[in-house]
Amino acid sequence: MAALRDIQNKIAAVKKTRQITRAMNMVAAARLRQVQEKTERFKPYAAKFAEVLASLSQGIDPEIHPLLAVPEQVDKVGMILLTADRGLCGSFNMNLINKGQKFLQEQAALGHEAQAHVVGRKGCDYFRRRKTEITTQMPGVMNVIDFDLAVSVARLGLNAFLAGEVQEVYIIYSDFRSMASMPTVVERLLPIQPEPVEGEEAEAGGGLEYITEPSAEEILVDLLPRYLNVRVYSALLNTATSEQASRMTAMDNATKNCKEMIENLTLVYNKARQAAITAELMDIVGGAEALSQG
Amino acid sequence: MANKILLEVVTPDKLLLSKEVDVVVATGVDGEFGVLYGHVPFLSSLAIGELRFKDGNQTEFAAISGGFAEVTGKKVTVLAEAAELAREIDIDRAKRARERAEQRLAQAQQEAMDYARAEAALKRAMLRMRVVERGIGGGGMA
Repeated sequence: MAALRDIQNKIAAVKKTRQITRAMNMVAAARLRQVQEKTERFKPYAAKFAEVLASLSQGIDPEIHPLLAVPEQVDKVGMILLTADRGLCGSFNMNLINKGQKFLQEQAALGHEAQAHVVGRKGCDYFRRRKTEITTQMPGVMNVIDFDLAVSVARLGLNAFLAGEVQEVYIIYSDFRSMASMPTVVERLLPIQPEPVEGEEAEAGGGLEYITEPSAEEILVDLLPRYLNVRVYSALLNTATSEQASRMTAMDNATKNCKEMIENLTLVYNKARQAAITAELMDIVGGAEALSQG
Repeated sequence: MANKILLEVVTPDKLLLSKEVDVVVATGVDGEFGVLYGHVPFLSSLAIGELRFKDGNQTEFAAISGGFAEVTGKKVTVLAEAAELAREIDIDRAKRARERAEQRLAQAQQEAMDYARAEAALKRAMLRMRVVERGIGGGGMA
């Protein structure tokens, strides 16, 4: 009988766990929707920005602005690594951290010194536990993503770049393409590489000759740091979306596993119960037999 | 009545405004400029300043915390990292922000970087307050 009780307790425990994972799945789904809405609202801004930048930077000499100038020699680089604040989202954080580690190793192999700026508690914790030197830690900021956050993250890279401490700045984040595909990517933030205008856009944008005030160069000076903010904000939003999507999937799997465990345990419980009843019956039958023969 | 021009104010958080208006006046880094329907394609950096637009007899105000404006003949697109319509500004918050900025300005006299940031914050706060006052005063547009 003791074994039966144990199994029952275990089933109750797994059921409770399932309730929690199911709730977390729903929370993640709600948050995913929120972030996706934010991304939607950001799209017109980002699109317009890219369009204007592309039409402005056409035919402009990269030497004109320090943020565009390609360095002759690189010996120090900056890395901005975006991670989540919370766990329980599968291999999401580990993927990002591994990518960051690999990046640092590669840079070290090339003989480059690296500055690491880590955003998100999980990444900060990881590097602190390993006593790895990191330049900036920004834990606990991924909960609410807004443009101000993007500005302060972008400033980390920008300041180091402008002060000449680093010649290149890279950002590592999780690119949300679909629920099933969110690869970790490394992108160069600085110096800025203006994207070539493609097909349709080139025709649409190229047709307009702007009068500019002040000069196109001066506007570009104003525009480029803002462009950095746009890039970082989009990376932050992508990372946050991927985080929630990963958590949803992880919690969904956990809920499924709980269900499976409950089924198995119920089977074991029923078998044990059956065995106990059979044993009891045997006892009674055996007893009755003994009596009638006596 | 002349044709109207479509004014769109876009921030990273949302499309703040999309409206057909008669006149748009914005604060560029080189001073204010007005835009009517049929304006030549024009691109300008915007300073921290007010944006006003007139539709019929009604004039509305908005605070723009820097950005830029793209003008085509039919449309004005204002891209700003932060922008608020006068009626949506929280005046108390703006006042508190001004006090904070003033304090920081006093502290950060020596560091160039912080000084610039505090100054920009102060400008934004003052702008918001001014825009609110103008918005409530109402219609006093040249």
